[in-house]
Amino acid sequence: MADVVLELDSVVKRFGDHEVLRGVSLALHRHEVVCIIGASGSGKSTLLRCANLLEKIDEGSVSLFGQNLMDPRIDPDLVRRHIGMVFQSYNLFPHVDVLENILLGPVRALKRKRSDVEPEALALLDRIGLKERAHDYPEKLSGGQQQRVAIVRSLAMRPALLLLDEVTSALDPTLVGEVLDLLTDLAHQGTTMLIATHEMNFARDVAHQVVYLDAGVIVERGTPEEIFSHPQHESTRSFLERVR
Amino acid sequence: MSLDTDATPSDETPNFFAPRHRRIFVGRRGVLASTLSSVLIVAAIAVLLFVAPGGATFRYTFFNGHDLWLAWVGDPSKGLSALRDGLLTNIWMFLLSEVLVLIFGLAIAWTRISQTPVLYPFRVLATAYTDVMRGVPLLLTILLVGFGLPELGFPVISYQSPAVYGVAALTLGYSAYVAEVIRAGIFSVPNGQLMAARSLGLTQVATMRRVILPQAIRNVIPPLLNDFISLQKDTALVSVLGAIEVVRSAEIFSATEFNQSGLVLAAVFFIVLTIPMTRFTDRLIARDRARRLANE
Repeated sequence: MADVVLELDSVVKRFGDHEVLRGVSLALHRHEVVCIIGASGSGKSTLLRCANLLEKIDEGSVSLFGQNLMDPRIDPDLVRRHIGMVFQSYNLFPHVDVLENILLGPVRALKRKRSDVEPEALALLDRIGLKERAHDYPEKLSGGQQQRVAIVRSLAMRPALLLLDEVTSALDPTLVGEVLDLLTDLAHQGTTMLIATHEMNFARDVAHQVVYLDAGVIVERGTPEEIFSHPQHESTRSFLERVR
Repeated sequence: MSLDTDATPSDETPNFFAPRHRRIFVGRRGVLASTLSSVLIVAAIAVLLFVAPGGATFRYTFFNGHDLWLAWVGDPSKGLSALRDGLLTNIWMFLLSEVLVLIFGLAIAWTRISQTPVLYPFRVLATAYTDVMRGVPLLLTILLVGFGLPELGFPVISYQSPAVYGVAALTLGYSAYVAEVIRAGIFSVPNGQLMAARSLGLTQVATMRRVILPQAIRNVIPPLLNDFISLQKDTALVSVLGAIEVVRSAEIFSATEFNQSGLVLAAVFFIVLTIPMTRFTDRLIARDRARRLANE
């Protein structure tokens, strides 16, 4: 766990007068899974979006593999090709089929040959048991299937890390399991992940480190055991009680 | 917890029968009602044309079989150009304009929403352009282009036919509207699509081309076709430049033969040209609605 992949240093993000992130520092190491927990509006999503430069931060810095991304010479498109992101609302492209959804990034952003990427994409689909749905449009798939395709779509870019933004929150309760199982698999294979989640049991199972975010500040961080069994702060305790 | 209320459920069995005077609007009687109203409307039109005091003269001047035929085929010996030839001019004018309008409209919409600093002056220009073109009546645009460009004395562009200036003016005018329609379509695509595309590392241009525009255009096909229907009709305005299209031919016919049947024929042409487009648009809207309802 020596090499740092992603590092946020005293990140401040404001929307108008509202300070959403108030000096957040966080390091993510290779093969590490960090889960961010906290109430809605605590800044979890914003934190993830700052990490891949979808949001411009106001103060502090973000670095990837030791390179400061605040440098004006940095091309955000090149950065994002190494960071996969999965959203709460899947955000599959509705106008193309499942296979095209997966091919779009590697072919159009990485300029790889379609004939090279297609077998990989099909192998990924096979892995989540959706190979025969390759030519279906996303709307034909269940929410859980769509979200698994969205995860695979970001994996097809062979990213150095994955950002997952409450990926099960929009799902029917019966479909949450299949998505969490896939993420658990990925975690066991050593995928580096930064996960914003409300699934406490899942966080306890897969996280190396759990971070509790409250009103844009990291109140407490530690191993799942420390956070879930022996929370030190009053606000962490009351949050955990409320979600149980 | 209990809600305090004085209302208690009534013991009476409710009556679901519509009152007598509303029965024409409910149930199977709808067919009868629609037949009845159709007959009434047709009768009213017949009354206007046949029973009106000036009915006979009106029918002779506007719906004269002989003159309708003469207007259709033309008569070179009297200097009458055939409306069917004029029609071809209208058709190529709107087909060409529609293609150009799509291209320019898209370019303007894209320019207006782009955020690249380099494009700043173009952004201002594009905004000014849409403001001006939507403010100036199309008839004026046609006159200004049609009489302005020849005056400038440029090599090629000042020596074109009135119909070509017509196409230029129609393109100028309609691109502004179409640009706004496309822009609205772009804004109708959920922000999540943009974020998903950008987080894959697609550039702004690739995101636009591969993700946003395909969805945006699909969303605005009905309003786009509406603009095209209206553009087809506005080719008639090019007659003010002296282009021998349908309306111009009909006017010449009226002035020579003292009979307005040519105008009626011209109107029929425009209806025949636009009906396929309007039906097609209606079908797209219905399909879109069905799909949206199915997804809810």
